[in-house]
Amino acid sequence: MLALLRSKKPQILERWIQHQLTLDTLRDDLISNDELREQSEGIVNLIVDQISEQTLALDPYALEPILEYLSGIAISRARHGFSPRETSFYLFSLKNAMLDMLAESAGSDIAALYDMTRSLGRFFDELSTSTFETFIKGREEVILRQTDEIAEISTPVIRVWDQILAMPLIGTLDSARTQVVMENLLQAIVDTGSEIAILDISGVPAVDSLVAQHLIKTVSATRLMGAECIISGIRPEIAQTVVQLGIDLSQVITKATLASALKSAFSMLKLEVRKTQSQKPFLI
Amino acid sequence: MERIPILRMGSFLLVTIQVDLYDRLALTLESDLVQAISKTGAQGVLIDISAVSIVDSFMGRIIGNIASMARLLDAYTVVVGMQPAVAITLIELGLTLPGVQTALNVEKGMQLLQSRIQVTASVEEAPNEDDDAGSPE
Repeated sequence: MLALLRSKKPQILERWIQHQLTLDTLRDDLISNDELREQSEGIVNLIVDQISEQTLALDPYALEPILEYLSGIAISRARHGFSPRETSFYLFSLKNAMLDMLAESAGSDIAALYDMTRSLGRFFDELSTSTFETFIKGREEVILRQTDEIAEISTPVIRVWDQILAMPLIGTLDSARTQVVMENLLQAIVDTGSEIAILDISGVPAVDSLVAQHLIKTVSATRLMGAECIISGIRPEIAQTVVQLGIDLSQVITKATLASALKSAFSMLKLEVRKTQSQKPFLI
Repeated sequence: MERIPILRMGSFLLVTIQVDLYDRLALTLESDLVQAISKTGAQGVLIDISAVSIVDSFMGRIIGNIASMARLLDAYTVVVGMQPAVAITLIELGLTLPGVQTALNVEKGMQLLQSRIQVTASVEEAPNEDDDAGSPE
């Protein structure tokens, strides 16, 4: 049977391609027919060459080269935007092509055909499951990378004045992000020797008791370092929810806007901003 | 036995912790410091922990205790130079050290202590001035 498969390699490929073209999961918008043919040829070559008693018995060592190759294809398909269903059907149609080929050539030896069908079925189940896994992994990598990027770019520390830092927070605050926010802010305080840090939460969509807890923690940690922390950008809705939830923010200096926070920071540092009397032309 | 040196600078005591504190050392420091405050009549204590990278709840409590004890002996305590990691650890342990003043570095800590002591001094003097002004001679 295995020898038969090997000798029919070109026919299997041809049949598989025909199969794929009839499937409704064919995505000619994502991959051109030439590319598809090339990819399929690679898979057929590899599988037919590698198929043996060991691979059909799902021996992990024998399966490894096939799985590795398929993982590469699954990841590249995931990046191209194929759905998992499309990728699974892609492999299953190869199974069908091989089974058709066997059925045509086996003739009357039904018992052998049945055995072969069963082991081929198991073999393809294994391949399909593992491609599915890699497919998901490929997607997850993308998600993780994006999460990291968001975490990195969403917590900038801005030095607004000598000894005054501001940190605009955008997006929902969870424990992991608060940790990043806290670490970045405290490190920036050490690096710049700033006495006042302003946390602006106008970009935080909602404040619940957990977020408030995180904010209080950040403020307390800043105080332990020897700096003062002002929370600004409190919208009316947030003020309402904070009071309704019974969160005590009385230990924290809160301001409605970043401007008023900056103003009170100036007065804490005994700084004064005022208009000059002279009418000097403003030069850039 | 290992001890942490306590230096006298005018009316302040300066403690620089250069090693990671273990419990015995911290307890020794606590009693040494209280002794030193009462002996010298210091008005302020400055504890520099910029070299301390590890704290636990015990250490946090000792620092709080030192501040409260110093306050009983009429001295202000300022803890300076806390590392971000140490601050985060203490907060996660629920120790916000409410009675302890903090500053970013020794220089700012000194300024804070001096302004504190000036404030108390002027408050103490203020009633006398009022008396002088209020009583007709």
